[in-house]
Amino acid sequence: MSVLTSGPLRNVTDDHFAWHRHSLKERVIRFLSFLTVGVVLVWTLGTIDVFWPWVWTAPEEIHDMFSRMMPPNYRTIPEIVPVLIETINIATIGTIFAVVISLPVAYLGARNVSPNVITLAVARVIIVASRSINTLIWALLFVAILGPGPLAGVLAIAFRSVGFMGKLVGESIEEIDWGPIEALQSSGSARGHIITYAVVPQIIPSFWAVAILRWDINIRESTVLGMVGAGGIGMLFQVAIDLFRWNTVSMVLVSIIVVVLFGEVVTAIVRRKLI
Amino acid sequence: MTRPADGSSVGTHYAWKRPHFIENPFVRFGLLTLAIGYLLYAMSSLEVDLQRIARGIPRAIQIFSGAIPPNFAARGSLIVSGFIESIQITLLATAAGVLLSIPFGFAAARNISILPFYGLGRAIIIVARSLHPVVLGVLFVKAVGFGAFAGVLTLVIYTLGFVGKLLAEAVEEIKYGQIEALKSAGAGYFTVLAYAVVPQIMPRLIGLTMYQLDINLRASAVIGLVGAGGIGNTLNSAFGRYDYGTASAILLVMIGIILVVETISGKLRRFTK
Repeated sequence: MSVLTSGPLRNVTDDHFAWHRHSLKERVIRFLSFLTVGVVLVWTLGTIDVFWPWVWTAPEEIHDMFSRMMPPNYRTIPEIVPVLIETINIATIGTIFAVVISLPVAYLGARNVSPNVITLAVARVIIVASRSINTLIWALLFVAILGPGPLAGVLAIAFRSVGFMGKLVGESIEEIDWGPIEALQSSGSARGHIITYAVVPQIIPSFWAVAILRWDINIRESTVLGMVGAGGIGMLFQVAIDLFRWNTVSMVLVSIIVVVLFGEVVTAIVRRKLI
Repeated sequence: MTRPADGSSVGTHYAWKRPHFIENPFVRFGLLTLAIGYLLYAMSSLEVDLQRIARGIPRAIQIFSGAIPPNFAARGSLIVSGFIESIQITLLATAAGVLLSIPFGFAAARNISILPFYGLGRAIIIVARSLHPVVLGVLFVKAVGFGAFAGVLTLVIYTLGFVGKLLAEAVEEIKYGQIEALKSAGAGYFTVLAYAVVPQIMPRLIGLTMYQLDINLRASAVIGLVGAGGIGNTLNSAFGRYDYGTASAILLVMIGIILVVETISGKLRRFTK
């Protein structure tokens, strides 16, 4: 201020001199972004189909539910452990199936190595369809076809994971170094040899990373498969909810958290060892 | 003729072999045996009922012949209103969830938080992350009744788990120059947060929000299956009424919308970087 009032700049108005963090263009963009977000949220709040009296009583209701859940019923642990193991098995086998199927899909879906446009398109369609349909919806379908049980869960996990792994592994194939491939081509190697000696070694680290990541996700996903009859702990959860056995519900929730944390720990260890 | 790396002479019979993935043969075969043993055990626990599968094949044919071609017209207005509700749930839940994850994310960042808050923030984020949105959806439907509000609550918690964790990690990675500069000028704790920490994590937070919008839209499609509103409700009714034409139409629209949202959110994320 003292510079403005007494120094050589005393005739400059405050407004011209004021410091701004953002340029005018940035400020306009920021203002428009905030305006858009605000308008969208107001529209949403105004039109969403919600019965507002239930909203105001929600804190009490949620508190009431949690107080019914306390304490967790530890006597249900012998029932829970076998289905928890089944949950892990579903996630693991499903991931293994997905790994096996996703490798050719990834290869065909990578723009730089796919043999031709048709294989590329087919692989892309498989990836998009698999990724866009949730595990639970796949599970609904397989339960309808195969009947309830862990097999439907394994297939649901596998079908959802193929797209995920195919996309990520395919992206890492698209980024490989072309040198080794040219070296093998120049020595007259067959396509199979090029794949095993030039493509595969380059994508192995990212392949393991993706497979482990997907296994971790699949442990979470397989905890709910049972709710549509596809095996695992979800069925126990659904039954306990339907029978209002709140203490069992909380025990199931605790065990879900434990199994997910177990998955995270295993993932972290394997990741450190392998990559 | 190349020689082995240790310099020993093995004559002309030496042939190159690919190095093994795990060097120690005992560890290698041990792990392989364990893996095969586990696989055999796990596969045997699957209870494949061949008769049930045989009966399922005509059902599969029935489902797929019902699903092709997809029927957009019969329940067109229900499909549209279902998707609009899903989008509304997604928008509200993302906004509220991101706002909520700011205090929790800051509390769960080791470098700027105090120990009791750190423990509490971490614990809440871990619980929120561990529970699948469908599990949360069932709980909230029980607590506050069917409909979009339960869906919003579900996705708020889901967002808290995801954004909260990644935000805490972003805060833990900030640079300290600005903080020290402000502290040396005598700024208080909240001034330091507002002028030294927030500007550093803002780009990441906006990127996370865009990403979460995408994730929440996908999740909002399934939480409806357990009664928490949105297109999942419509899909569940379609399945329940054996209206597979409508179901496949919903799935196709879902794929289309997810692709569009994924592209938009990717573009916006690149723009904010």
